[in-house]
Amino acid sequence: MNNQEALIEVKNLKKHFPIMRGVFRKQVGAVKAVDGVSFKIYKGETLGMVGESGCGKSTTGRSILQLLKPTEGTVRFKDMDLTSLSAAELRKARRHMQMIFQDPYASLNPRMTVGSIVSEPLEIHNIGKGAERKERVKDLLKIVGLNPYFVNRYPHEFSGGQRQRIGVARSLATNPDFIVADEPISALDVSIQAQVVNLMDDLKSELGLTYLFIAHDLSMVRYISDRVAVMYLGKIVELSDKDELYDHPLHPYTQALLSAIPLPDPEREATRQRIVLEGDVPSPSDPPSGCHFHTRCSYTTDICKEADPEFRDLGTTATPHWVACHHAEKFS
Amino acid sequence: MTHLLEVQDLVTKFYTEDGIVHAVNGISYTLDEGESLGIVGESGSGKSVGVLSVMGLIPSPPGKIESGKALLNGRDLLHLSKGELQNVRGKEIAMIFQDPMTSLNPVLTIGKQLTEAVKLHLGMDSEAANKRAAEMMHLVGLPNAADRLNDYPHQFSGGQRQRIMIAMGLSCNPSVLIADEPTTALDVTIQAQIVELIKQLQEKLGMALIWITHDLALVAGMVDKVAVMYGGYIVEFAPVEDLYKQPNHPYTLGLLHAMPKIDAKEQTRLASIEGMPPDLRLELLQCPFAPRCPYAIDKCWQENPSLIATGPNRYSACWRWEDIKEEKTFGGA
Repeated sequence: MNNQEALIEVKNLKKHFPIMRGVFRKQVGAVKAVDGVSFKIYKGETLGMVGESGCGKSTTGRSILQLLKPTEGTVRFKDMDLTSLSAAELRKARRHMQMIFQDPYASLNPRMTVGSIVSEPLEIHNIGKGAERKERVKDLLKIVGLNPYFVNRYPHEFSGGQRQRIGVARSLATNPDFIVADEPISALDVSIQAQVVNLMDDLKSELGLTYLFIAHDLSMVRYISDRVAVMYLGKIVELSDKDELYDHPLHPYTQALLSAIPLPDPEREATRQRIVLEGDVPSPSDPPSGCHFHTRCSYTTDICKEADPEFRDLGTTATPHWVACHHAEKFS
Repeated sequence: MTHLLEVQDLVTKFYTEDGIVHAVNGISYTLDEGESLGIVGESGSGKSVGVLSVMGLIPSPPGKIESGKALLNGRDLLHLSKGELQNVRGKEIAMIFQDPMTSLNPVLTIGKQLTEAVKLHLGMDSEAANKRAAEMMHLVGLPNAADRLNDYPHQFSGGQRQRIMIAMGLSCNPSVLIADEPTTALDVTIQAQIVELIKQLQEKLGMALIWITHDLALVAGMVDKVAVMYGGYIVEFAPVEDLYKQPNHPYTLGLLHAMPKIDAKEQTRLASIEGMPPDLRLELLQCPFAPRCPYAIDKCWQENPSLIATGPNRYSACWRWEDIKEEKTFGGA
């Protein structure tokens, strides 16, 4: 993975949302949704990003695409620094990076036909004209497995899985290189999830796409990703090749997360040792000192409460394994 | 032999402006003391409507229980008066709902909501009820329980609220606890906490449990038997080990192969069940799964199979269950 070309390079990305109080809207604090994350996404790979609600995974995705202006840090896409582009330059760059949203019921305008939804990106970026554009829309619908005759229908005429396909078609319209998929299957039933995941997987190899796949379903993330990043309270706590991460998790949070997943196998469930984390995720507006995880970790020592652990590589040259834990060596 | 709870041929329909929705089309199951049953199905499969009917919680109109029986200790819950039903609900049979954010009353203190049931059903006075409430909070693992009785729901986190719901459900020592997707709104690590808690409490208090979920993996480790629902029918019913080892219905088979295996080194392509769930407004003559089933033969389109005994304590509603049993993949994918 190391010698590959990085398509996206995120450095020390921070996104803080101010908390305003009082008549004069004075800032009294900040929700540190993303608090200094750095990673690369290589060309042609799928980077999975997992974590619980409120850990900042969606905010990270949106900050990369500049849908949210990062508070600090840089995002390099190809040879551009997205954080320093002007609005016009950014609009131009946007055609190369698109997003698929979580809720297929809320992310499609109910008053637009499928045709106009899918061709809107083409209009915005001035790609093609009249008949050519119509052809492209029909092609896109075919690519995602929908009948091209559906162009004049409205979103409410489709099921959840079909709507998500429309969302995928829209994101592909401008021939992007990079797609952020923000929990694209969470709102779908199990039998439909597989349809959408298989589609995304096929498109990736056919069109040479690069994905940031954000999800909380760890088994689906292992299935679709090449590498996986685990987030907790605004920070990436572990990042590695998916097999390495799932087979040898080095961060206590990853270990707990993996052991919390139910397996569809009664015999193994019966003998399985489960790490059950105590308590809840602390508030990101007032994160714990030192290692953010120390309040729920069973290996906590004094250093965890005082010092923020360094994000370091404990893997090999072939498979780097980044982890932010003072005691990670204990687990390797 | 009499069962603790016996549901027989329950049919529930909704009379809406768009037509009659056939939500539950004749489901039957039994539950013995201390036993646990998982009801698994996708949205619209009728899994929730099935138990809400038993609890007498179907809004009517538009809903109507057309036929069937739900015998709790031999008494038919479907034919009780409102008053009689009130005496049973919350006392002998209790329910926990999916969304802990909306199922607690935001303007009443936790203490008030927790003591309501015991005051009503067990006739406790305030002092005894408060003591009982604190006990229940302690039982479900909420720290400094007694001090928090005057707190409001918003002062608790999602996982804590679900614990409070469980405490409410258990406060009268019910013989049956129905949990309707109690962990769906929660994160995985919190889900694991709640699952462990309910398992422990079931062991300790010896109640019977019905766990409704869309997640086939979730019930694998916690129930004795599983009913798989599709399109308002129970399509497969089996002891938990048998179901996962050798599904006898193509829908169960498909679901198991549509889930990625988290610990598998070599990932095989996920089986995808093409198409979508049936429109419940149509009364079906064929097998409800036939349009999505790679194994469907002519007979499946002509006649809807009822549950057939396919082994000890197990049933499948499939004409081709003997072939399905031998399948190692879904539709050869």
